Amino acid sequence: MQLRAENISRRYFRKHGEANFFEAVRSVSLTLESGKLTVLNGKSGSGKTTLLNMIGGLLNPSEGKVFLDETDLYALEDKDLSRLRSKRIGVIPQGRSAVDTLSVYENILLPGMLYGGTLRTEEAENWMTVLGISDLRNAMPAELSGGELRRMAIARTLTASPEVILADEPTGDLDNENTRTVLTAFQQAAKAGKAVLVVSHETDAEAYADQILHMSHGTIE
Amino acid sequence: MKHFSLMIRNLSRRPGRTTSLILLTAFLAISVFCGTIVVSSLRRGLSSMENRLGADIIVVPAEAESKVSMKNLLLQGTIGTFYMDASALEKVRETEGVEKASAQIFLSSMKADCCSVKVQVIGFDPENDFVVQPWIAESLNHPLGDMEVVVGCRVETDVGNSFRIYDKSCRVAAKLASTGTGLDTAVYCNMNTIHVLLQAAEEKEISHKIDSGNDSEVVSAVYVKVLPETDPALVNNRLNGHVRKATAIRTAGMMTEVADSLSGVSRTIAVLICAVWILALIILFIVFSMMVNERRRELAVYRLLGMSRKMMSGMILKETALCSFTGALCGTALGAILVFPFTALIETSLKLPYLTPDPGSIVFYACFAIAVTILVGCAAAARTAFRLSRVDPGTTLREGA
Ligand SMILES: Nc1ncnc2c1ncn2[C@@H]1O[C@H](COP(=O)(O)OP(=O)(O)OP(=O)(O)O)[C@@H](O)[C@H]1O
Ligand SMILES: [Mg+2]
Repeated sequence: MQLRAENISRRYFRKHGEANFFEAVRSVSLTLESGKLTVLNGKSGSGKTTLLNMIGGLLNPSEGKVFLDETDLYALEDKDLSRLRSKRIGVIPQGRSAVDTLSVYENILLPGMLYGGTLRTEEAENWMTVLGISDLRNAMPAELSGGELRRMAIARTLTASPEVILADEPTGDLDNENTRTVLTAFQQAAKAGKAVLVVSHETDAEAYADQILHMSHGTIE
Repeated sequence: MKHFSLMIRNLSRRPGRTTSLILLTAFLAISVFCGTIVVSSLRRGLSSMENRLGADIIVVPAEAESKVSMKNLLLQGTIGTFYMDASALEKVRETEGVEKASAQIFLSSMKADCCSVKVQVIGFDPENDFVVQPWIAESLNHPLGDMEVVVGCRVETDVGNSFRIYDKSCRVAAKLASTGTGLDTAVYCNMNTIHVLLQAAEEKEISHKIDSGNDSEVVSAVYVKVLPETDPALVNNRLNGHVRKATAIRTAGMMTEVADSLSGVSRTIAVLICAVWILALIILFIVFSMMVNERRRELAVYRLLGMSRKMMSGMILKETALCSFTGALCGTALGAILVFPFTALIETSLKLPYLTPDPGSIVFYACFAIAVTILVGCAAAARTAFRLSRVDPGTTLREGA
């Protein structure tokens, strides 16, 4: 299995120097292979989140295509793309991404509730324990710290166990110990056959990487 | 199933929003349900009044404040007592264009020791009556005997009981179905009985100002049915010319008068319902617009996790439908509590015939109110559902991380 981006660009309509638009990502091609952990770094504003959203099926590129194996993501209907994302691609966004009306435990099980099937309660318990948030299972998101919310979002994606995991600065607000736990978990996921992309500024992350990409001014060097 | 439990969680953990939605939709349902019930009760009252009044023309003594008091009889069950010479009946029958004529004698009982209740007693002649009997026949299967009475549904007594009028005891032979008019408080008897009662009233020294000295030769009103294909207006004029000291009144005129005030009341109710709806719709609109901002992040998360646009608008609409349904149900129940126990109060304050619809129609109006409310609730939510289904998780979840 592989996730492949072919010359994708993203323009935002915003005044930028001479031009009327600003190109946040410029003709980027990359491949994420199953079994590999890729680390993407780069300065703030270099276009990492934009790129991640595009390959995650969340943001339509202005140009270029994204393939999951042979499937052109953006050629799919919303219904099919949504279903595919739900089953096969897990995105851990940079900001907070909790449903405030659900408890931590319910949030973690949420992806499994959308399309039916059995809930992965065992995996949920397991990841809550690994990430040290099992005491918070019945807490509401509003009561959690930034780092706890982050770990909740990570547990949610690991519980759903999709083939592709895209994590946008997952360790940004975590302490060293938690950072290690999370990166180890991602490494294990990759070893178990998943394609993992971690956006990170930390040099620690690079120690876990099979592939390191550096982004600057919208391009990958 | 899982969606349903998600929906219940979403609703129960936003009690403020959920309650306000339920309250608003309840208001909509109350206004629709009570409005339709009151208007249809008035309509039924009017048509029942028309049906009970099988006469085209009523001839009453000239000095009777004719129009007003006839309307009073029909609407409030009071007519007062007035009499004219019994020869009027013959005069009416002689008149060209008259098919049937039948006399009635009115007597008011007193709110005193001698009488069980204060009612209007109406004596009719079983031989030729065409006004009261077809209706009485619905509740009574034998001719009304002497000293027997048939009572309107709102007279407080039961079949088989005896009933005292001017110290004379009458047996209650039947109780009539509700008409929604003043006739519901009247008591009917035959001519022999009314003469006994008149006599008794006179002995009680209750003066009735009878023109002719002899009781057996008075009538209060003569009901007239004109020949088919004869203009009642023409016959009315003839009667006015031919029968001395009497006035002929066309019932159609009375009906129009009632119908007019009925349509006035209906209009007022319609305006009230509109006002409630406009207000409720404005608030609904605000609630839903607020919801767009309030739920943007939450729904971006659903979207991030793979909910399709269709599923998302479906979820919002289902949540709204559930709230509206709850609100509509509560509202209709509350409306029923408001409108049914106070039927008598509504009737007297509107001064119009008022007949509650049969259970089948009530169920129909309730379903109608519920359906309309749910529909409107969902329609109000549709725009919001659409806007929220377009949230872009990428941008939304970046905002104010
Ligand atoms: N919706 C948008 N409209 C206009 N410009 C945008 C939008 N989203 C992002 N940008 C711009 O695109 C550029 C890249 O943004 P992006 O979020 O991808 O950067 P990043 O590398 O993730 O930064 P950070 O490390 O701070 O998260 C930035 O200059 C940003 O201002
Ligand atoms: Mg970013």
